[in-house]
Amino acid sequence: MEAVPEKKRVTVDGQDYELVFGRPASLTSKPFTYCPGCNHGTIHRLVAEVIDELGIQHRCVGMASVGCSVFSYEFFDFDFISCAHGRALAVATGVKRVQPDTVVLSYQGDGDLAAIGTAETIHAANRGERITTIFVNNAIYGMTGGQMAPTTIIGQRTTTTPEGRDEHRIGWPIRMSEMLALLPGVAFVARTTCHDAKSILKTKVAIKKAFRAQLEDRGFSMVEILSNCNVNWRMTPQDAVNWVGEEMTKVFPPGTYKDVFAEDQEKARADAPSKTKAQSSEKTEV
Amino acid sequence: MPIGFIEILDDTCKGCLLCVAACPKSLLHQTKKKINKRGLYPVEFVDPEGKCNACRLCAIVCPDVAIRVYKQPRKPKTEQPAAAEAKAG
Repeated sequence: MEAVPEKKRVTVDGQDYELVFGRPASLTSKPFTYCPGCNHGTIHRLVAEVIDELGIQHRCVGMASVGCSVFSYEFFDFDFISCAHGRALAVATGVKRVQPDTVVLSYQGDGDLAAIGTAETIHAANRGERITTIFVNNAIYGMTGGQMAPTTIIGQRTTTTPEGRDEHRIGWPIRMSEMLALLPGVAFVARTTCHDAKSILKTKVAIKKAFRAQLEDRGFSMVEILSNCNVNWRMTPQDAVNWVGEEMTKVFPPGTYKDVFAEDQEKARADAPSKTKAQSSEKTEV
Repeated sequence: MPIGFIEILDDTCKGCLLCVAACPKSLLHQTKKKINKRGLYPVEFVDPEGKCNACRLCAIVCPDVAIRVYKQPRKPKTEQPAAAEAKAG
Protein backbone atom coordinates (compact mmCIF):
# COMPACT_ATOMS: atom_id res chain seq x y z
CA MET A 1 0.00 0.00 0.00
CA GLU A 2 1.70 3.19 -1.15
CA ALA A 3 1.39 6.28 0.97
CA VAL A 4 0.44 9.63 -0.53
CA PRO A 5 3.57 11.83 -0.57
CA GLU A 6 3.66 14.61 1.98
CA LYS A 7 3.80 18.24 0.83
CA LYS A 8 5.27 20.85 3.16
CA ARG A 9 3.34 23.72 1.58
CA VAL A 10 0.10 23.81 -0.39
CA THR A 11 -1.89 26.63 -1.93
CA VAL A 12 -5.69 26.57 -1.87
CA ASP A 13 -7.67 29.44 -3.48
CA GLY A 14 -4.60 31.67 -3.47
CA GLN A 15 -3.92 31.14 0.25
CA ASP A 16 -0.69 29.43 1.37
CA TYR A 17 -0.91 26.68 3.98
CA GLU A 18 1.97 24.93 5.70
CA LEU A 19 2.05 21.41 7.11
CA VAL A 20 1.88 21.56 10.92
CA PHE A 21 1.27 17.89 11.65
CA GLY A 22 2.57 15.01 9.57
CA ARG A 23 4.31 11.68 9.79
CA PRO A 24 7.55 11.80 11.82
CA ALA A 25 10.77 11.03 9.93
CA SER A 26 11.61 8.11 12.25
CA LEU A 27 8.58 6.19 11.01
CA THR A 28 8.59 4.36 7.67
CA SER A 29 5.82 5.00 5.15
CA LYS A 30 4.21 1.61 5.89
CA PRO A 31 0.77 1.98 7.50
CA PHE A 32 0.38 0.29 10.90
CA THR A 33 -1.07 -3.21 10.88
CA TYR A 34 -2.65 -2.93 14.36
CA CYS A 35 -6.39 -3.21 14.95
CA PRO A 36 -8.51 -0.05 14.44
CA GLY A 37 -8.27 2.17 17.52
CA CYS A 38 -5.24 0.43 19.04
CA ASN A 39 -2.99 2.82 20.95
CA HIS A 40 0.17 1.07 19.74
CA GLY A 41 0.09 3.39 16.73
CA THR A 42 -0.20 6.49 18.93
CA ILE A 43 2.73 5.34 21.09
CA HIS A 44 4.84 4.49 18.01
CA ARG A 45 4.23 8.01 16.74
CA LEU A 46 5.14 9.64 20.07
CA VAL A 47 8.40 7.66 20.31
CA ALA A 48 9.28 8.59 16.72
CA GLU A 49 8.49 12.27 17.34
CA VAL A 50 10.71 12.34 20.45
CA ILE A 51 13.56 10.63 18.56
CA ASP A 52 13.23 13.20 15.77
CA GLU A 53 13.24 16.10 18.22
CA LEU A 54 16.33 14.81 20.02
CA GLY A 55 18.07 14.07 16.69
CA ILE A 56 19.16 10.55 17.69
CA GLN A 57 17.65 8.52 14.86
CA HIS A 58 21.06 7.57 13.40
CA ARG A 59 22.26 5.97 16.66
CA CYS A 60 19.04 4.40 17.92
CA VAL A 61 18.65 0.63 18.32
CA GLY A 62 15.24 -0.74 19.29
CA MET A 63 14.30 -4.00 20.97
CA ALA A 64 10.99 -5.46 19.85
CA SER A 65 9.20 -7.78 22.23
CA VAL A 66 6.95 -10.71 21.47
CA GLY A 67 3.36 -9.57 21.25
CA CYS A 68 1.49 -7.28 18.89
CA SER A 69 4.52 -4.95 18.81
CA VAL A 70 6.75 -7.69 17.35
CA PHE A 71 6.46 -6.00 13.93
CA SER A 72 7.84 -2.68 15.24
CA TYR A 73 10.89 -3.11 12.97
CA GLU A 74 8.65 -2.56 9.95
CA PHE A 75 7.37 0.78 11.24
CA PHE A 76 10.44 2.42 12.82
CA ASP A 77 13.10 3.69 10.45
CA PHE A 78 16.13 2.58 12.48
CA ASP A 79 17.70 -0.69 13.58
CA PHE A 80 15.53 -3.13 15.46
CA ILE A 81 16.17 -6.50 17.06
CA SER A 82 13.35 -8.96 17.63
CA CYS A 83 14.13 -10.55 20.98
CA ALA A 84 13.05 -13.81 22.59
CA HIS A 85 9.90 -13.55 24.68
CA GLY A 86 10.59 -11.38 27.73
CA ARG A 87 14.32 -11.08 27.09
CA ALA A 88 14.32 -7.66 25.43
CA LEU A 89 16.17 -6.01 28.32
CA ALA A 90 18.80 -8.77 28.39
CA VAL A 91 19.52 -8.16 24.67
CA ALA A 92 19.39 -4.40 25.26
CA THR A 93 22.02 -4.75 28.01
CA GLY A 94 24.32 -6.53 25.58
CA VAL A 95 23.89 -3.90 22.86
CA LYS A 96 24.42 -1.00 25.26
CA ARG A 97 27.54 -2.52 26.82
CA VAL A 98 29.19 -3.41 23.51
CA GLN A 99 28.34 -0.07 21.90
CA PRO A 100 27.81 2.56 24.61
CA ASP A 101 27.25 5.31 22.02
CA THR A 102 23.96 3.82 20.83
CA VAL A 103 20.63 4.93 22.23
CA VAL A 104 18.86 1.72 23.24
CA LEU A 105 15.09 1.57 23.37
CA SER A 106 13.01 -1.43 24.35
CA TYR A 107 9.35 -1.52 23.41
CA GLN A 108 7.49 -4.15 25.43
CA GLY A 109 3.98 -5.16 26.32
CA ASP A 110 2.64 -6.31 29.66
CA GLY A 111 2.80 -10.03 28.90
CA ASP A 112 6.41 -9.61 27.88
CA LEU A 113 7.73 -7.25 30.54
CA ALA A 114 5.55 -8.12 33.54
CA ALA A 115 5.01 -11.89 33.09
CA ILE A 116 7.73 -13.90 31.39
CA GLY A 117 10.39 -11.16 31.55
CA THR A 118 9.94 -10.03 35.18
CA ALA A 119 13.40 -11.26 36.23
CA GLU A 120 15.17 -9.58 33.29
CA THR A 121 13.29 -6.34 33.89
CA ILE A 122 13.99 -6.12 37.62
CA HIS A 123 17.67 -7.00 37.29
CA ALA A 124 18.28 -4.68 34.33
CA ALA A 125 16.70 -1.88 36.38
CA ASN A 126 18.68 -2.84 39.48
CA ARG A 127 21.97 -2.77 37.55
CA GLY A 128 21.02 0.73 36.39
CA GLU A 129 21.49 -0.06 32.71
CA ARG A 130 21.26 3.04 30.50
CA ILE A 131 18.19 1.81 28.64
CA THR A 132 14.84 3.44 27.92
CA THR A 133 11.86 1.11 28.20
CA ILE A 134 8.44 1.83 26.78
CA PHE A 135 6.03 -0.45 28.64
CA VAL A 136 2.62 -0.70 26.98
CA ASN A 137 0.12 -1.99 29.53
CA ASN A 138 -3.25 -3.05 28.16
CA ALA A 139 -4.25 -5.47 30.95
CA ILE A 140 -4.60 -8.47 28.63
CA TYR A 141 -2.66 -10.74 26.25
CA GLY A 142 -3.82 -9.09 23.04
CA MET A 143 -2.00 -11.06 20.35
CA THR A 144 -2.85 -14.59 21.49
CA GLY A 145 -6.57 -14.02 21.89
CA GLY A 146 -7.32 -12.22 25.13
CA GLN A 147 -6.01 -14.40 27.95
CA MET A 148 -5.49 -13.06 31.48
CA ALA A 149 -2.23 -11.15 31.98
CA PRO A 150 -0.61 -10.34 35.36
CA THR A 151 -1.89 -6.78 34.88
CA THR A 152 -5.54 -7.80 34.36
CA ILE A 153 -7.60 -5.90 36.89
CA ILE A 154 -9.85 -7.53 39.50
CA GLY A 155 -13.19 -8.57 38.03
CA GLN A 156 -12.09 -8.13 34.40
CA ARG A 157 -13.41 -10.82 32.06
CA THR A 158 -10.91 -12.51 29.76
CA THR A 159 -10.99 -15.81 27.88
CA THR A 160 -9.18 -17.57 30.75
CA THR A 161 -11.15 -15.80 33.51
CA PRO A 162 -14.68 -15.88 32.06
CA GLU A 163 -16.24 -14.92 35.40
CA GLY A 164 -13.78 -12.12 36.13
CA ARG A 165 -10.37 -12.19 37.80
CA ASP A 166 -10.63 -13.54 41.35
CA GLU A 167 -7.86 -12.17 43.58
CA HIS A 168 -8.06 -15.06 46.09
CA ARG A 169 -7.27 -17.64 43.45
CA ILE A 170 -5.10 -15.78 40.89
CA GLY A 171 -3.74 -12.78 42.77
CA TRP A 172 -3.72 -9.03 42.27
CA PRO A 173 -2.64 -6.92 39.26
CA ILE A 174 1.09 -6.25 39.31
CA ARG A 175 2.25 -2.63 39.48
CA MET A 176 5.62 -2.51 37.78
CA SER A 177 6.19 1.26 38.03
CA GLU A 178 5.81 1.34 41.81
CA MET A 179 8.06 -1.72 42.16
CA LEU A 180 10.87 -0.40 39.97
CA ALA A 181 10.76 3.07 41.55
CA LEU A 182 12.20 1.57 44.76
CA LEU A 183 15.43 0.50 43.04
CA PRO A 184 18.41 2.88 43.28
CA GLY A 185 19.57 2.20 39.70
CA VAL A 186 16.39 3.68 38.26
CA ALA A 187 16.54 7.29 37.06
CA PHE A 188 13.04 7.89 35.75
CA VAL A 189 9.77 5.97 36.08
CA ALA A 190 6.38 7.38 35.15
CA ARG A 191 2.95 6.01 34.35
CA THR A 192 0.83 7.82 31.81
CA THR A 193 -2.24 7.05 29.74
CA CYS A 194 -3.31 7.52 26.12
CA HIS A 195 -7.06 8.01 26.50
CA ASP A 196 -7.39 11.62 25.29
CA ALA A 197 -5.38 14.34 23.60
CA LYS A 198 -4.20 15.88 26.88
CA SER A 199 -2.89 12.60 28.26
CA ILE A 200 -1.19 11.79 24.93
CA LEU A 201 0.73 15.08 25.12
CA LYS A 202 1.73 14.27 28.74
CA THR A 203 2.94 10.87 27.58
CA LYS A 204 5.19 12.55 25.04
CA VAL A 205 6.77 14.72 27.75
CA ALA A 206 7.41 11.61 29.87
CA ILE A 207 8.99 9.72 26.95
CA LYS A 208 11.27 12.68 26.28
CA LYS A 209 12.42 12.73 29.91
CA ALA A 210 13.08 8.99 29.80
CA PHE A 211 15.35 9.43 26.77
CA ARG A 212 17.06 12.36 28.49
CA ALA A 213 17.89 10.12 31.46
CA GLN A 214 19.66 7.74 29.09
CA LEU A 215 21.45 10.46 27.11
CA GLU A 216 22.74 12.07 30.32
CA ASP A 217 23.90 8.65 31.61
CA ARG A 218 21.71 8.74 34.73
CA GLY A 219 20.37 5.19 34.77
CA PHE A 220 17.44 3.01 33.80
CA SER A 221 14.28 4.76 32.65
CA MET A 222 10.80 3.43 31.99
CA VAL A 223 7.48 4.90 30.91
CA GLU A 224 4.45 2.73 31.57
CA ILE A 225 1.65 3.69 29.18
CA LEU A 226 -1.90 2.48 29.79
CA SER A 227 -3.18 1.38 26.41
CA ASN A 228 -6.33 -0.32 25.15
CA CYS A 229 -7.21 -3.58 23.43
CA ASN A 230 -10.73 -2.93 22.21
CA VAL A 231 -10.97 -6.21 20.27
CA ASN A 232 -10.24 -8.46 23.24
CA TRP A 233 -12.06 -6.25 25.70
CA ARG A 234 -15.13 -6.64 23.39
CA MET A 235 -15.69 -2.88 23.17
CA THR A 236 -15.81 -0.18 20.52
CA PRO A 237 -12.58 1.89 20.23
CA GLN A 238 -14.20 4.90 21.94
CA ASP A 239 -15.61 2.80 24.81
CA ALA A 240 -12.20 1.18 25.26
CA VAL A 241 -10.34 4.48 25.63
CA ASN A 242 -13.04 5.69 28.03
CA TRP A 243 -12.60 2.50 30.07
CA VAL A 244 -8.84 3.20 30.27
CA GLY A 245 -9.54 6.68 31.61
CA GLU A 246 -12.29 5.66 34.04
CA GLU A 247 -11.48 2.15 35.32
CA MET A 248 -7.84 1.32 34.61
CA THR A 249 -6.49 4.54 36.13
CA LYS A 250 -8.10 3.55 39.48
CA VAL A 251 -5.91 0.44 39.67
CA PHE A 252 -2.89 1.93 37.92
CA PRO A 253 -2.79 5.59 39.03
CA PRO A 254 -0.88 7.80 36.55
CA GLY A 255 2.01 9.82 37.90
CA THR A 256 5.76 10.16 38.13
CA TYR A 257 7.20 7.62 40.57
CA LYS A 258 10.87 8.47 40.29
CA ASP A 259 12.49 11.47 38.63
CA VAL A 260 16.16 12.26 39.21
CA PHE A 261 15.80 15.62 37.45
CA ALA A 262 13.13 16.76 39.93
CA GLU A 263 15.28 15.45 42.81
CA ASP A 264 18.24 17.48 41.50
CA GLN A 265 16.14 20.64 41.42
CA GLU A 266 14.85 20.08 44.95
CA LYS A 267 18.38 19.49 46.20
CA ALA A 268 19.61 22.67 44.56
CA ARG A 269 16.68 24.60 46.09
CA ALA A 270 17.30 23.16 49.57
CA ASP A 271 21.02 23.98 49.40
CA ALA A 272 20.57 27.51 48.09
CA PRO A 273 19.40 29.44 51.22
CA SER A 274 22.02 27.94 53.59
CA LYS A 275 24.94 29.24 51.54
CA THR A 276 25.97 32.49 49.94
CA LYS A 277 24.96 33.22 46.39
CA ALA A 278 28.41 32.62 44.93
CA GLN A 279 28.76 29.19 46.53
CA SER A 280 25.34 27.99 45.44
CA SER A 281 25.92 29.00 41.84
CA GLU A 282 29.22 27.09 41.89
CA LYS A 283 27.46 24.00 43.14
CA THR A 284 24.79 24.02 40.47
CA GLU A 285 27.45 24.39 37.79
CA VAL A 286 29.26 21.28 39.04
CA MET B 1 -10.79 31.70 4.17
CA PRO B 2 -10.40 28.92 6.79
CA ILE B 3 -7.44 29.06 9.19
CA GLY B 4 -6.61 25.48 8.40
CA PHE B 5 -7.78 22.21 6.99
CA ILE B 6 -6.92 18.55 7.33
CA GLU B 7 -6.19 15.81 4.85
CA ILE B 8 -7.24 12.23 5.67
CA LEU B 9 -5.29 9.40 4.02
CA ASP B 10 -8.16 7.14 2.98
CA ASP B 11 -6.12 3.95 2.71
CA THR B 12 -4.41 4.46 6.09
CA CYS B 13 -7.61 5.33 8.00
CA LYS B 14 -9.22 2.35 9.73
CA GLY B 15 -12.43 4.08 10.77
CA CYS B 16 -11.92 3.79 14.55
CA LEU B 17 -13.79 7.12 14.95
CA LEU B 18 -11.57 8.44 17.77
CA CYS B 19 -11.03 11.64 15.75
CA VAL B 20 -14.79 12.11 15.32
CA ALA B 21 -15.18 12.26 19.10
CA ALA B 22 -12.12 14.50 19.50
CA CYS B 23 -13.06 17.25 17.01
CA PRO B 24 -14.47 20.22 19.00
CA LYS B 25 -16.27 21.57 15.90
CA SER B 26 -17.80 18.22 14.77
CA LEU B 27 -16.34 18.47 11.28
CA LEU B 28 -15.51 14.77 10.89
CA HIS B 29 -18.05 12.16 9.82
CA GLN B 30 -18.09 8.57 8.67
CA THR B 31 -20.46 8.75 5.71
CA LYS B 32 -20.08 5.13 4.49
CA LYS B 33 -20.24 6.42 0.89
CA LYS B 34 -16.72 5.26 0.01
CA ILE B 35 -14.68 2.24 0.96
CA ASN B 36 -10.87 1.99 1.13
CA LYS B 37 -8.37 -0.67 0.07
CA ARG B 38 -8.60 -2.36 3.48
CA GLY B 39 -12.35 -2.75 3.07
CA LEU B 40 -13.12 -0.23 5.80
CA TYR B 41 -15.07 3.02 5.77
CA PRO B 42 -12.70 5.98 6.14
CA VAL B 43 -13.67 9.17 7.95
CA GLU B 44 -14.44 12.25 5.84
CA PHE B 45 -13.67 15.89 6.57
CA VAL B 46 -16.56 18.20 5.73
CA ASP B 47 -16.01 21.90 6.36
CA PRO B 48 -18.14 24.09 4.04
CA GLU B 49 -18.21 27.03 6.48
CA GLY B 50 -14.44 27.08 7.07
CA LYS B 51 -14.69 26.39 10.82
CA CYS B 52 -11.47 24.36 11.12
CA ASN B 53 -8.81 26.24 13.07
CA ALA B 54 -6.09 23.56 12.81
CA CYS B 55 -6.12 22.70 16.53
CA ARG B 56 -4.59 19.26 15.71
CA LEU B 57 -6.71 17.36 18.29
CA CYS B 58 -7.87 14.89 15.63
CA ALA B 59 -4.30 14.23 14.51
CA ILE B 60 -3.06 13.80 18.09
CA VAL B 61 -5.62 11.10 18.91
CA CYS B 62 -5.35 9.33 15.52
CA PRO B 63 -3.59 6.00 16.18
CA ASP B 64 -2.61 5.51 12.54
CA VAL B 65 -1.10 8.91 11.65
CA ALA B 66 -3.73 9.12 8.91
CA ILE B 67 -4.35 12.86 9.37
CA ARG B 68 -2.23 15.72 8.06
CA VAL B 69 -2.96 19.18 9.37
CA TYR B 70 -2.34 22.31 7.28
CA LYS B 71 -2.46 25.80 8.74
CA GLN B 72 -2.03 29.34 7.46
CA PRO B 73 1.47 30.58 8.23
CA ARG B 74 1.66 33.27 10.92
CA LYS B 75 1.75 36.80 9.59
CA PRO B 76 5.19 38.44 9.85
CA LYS B 77 5.68 40.62 12.92
CA THR B 78 6.83 43.64 10.90
CA GLU B 79 3.17 44.54 10.23
CA GLN B 80 2.46 45.29 13.89
CA PRO B 81 4.80 48.32 14.38
CA ALA B 82 3.55 49.75 11.08
CA ALA B 83 -0.05 49.47 12.32
CA ALA B 84 0.92 51.08 15.64
CA GLU B 85 2.55 53.99 13.81
CA ALA B 86 -0.50 54.46 11.64
CA LYS B 87 -2.67 54.65 14.78
CA ALA B 88 -0.32 57.13 16.46
CA GLY B 89 -0.17 59.26 13.32
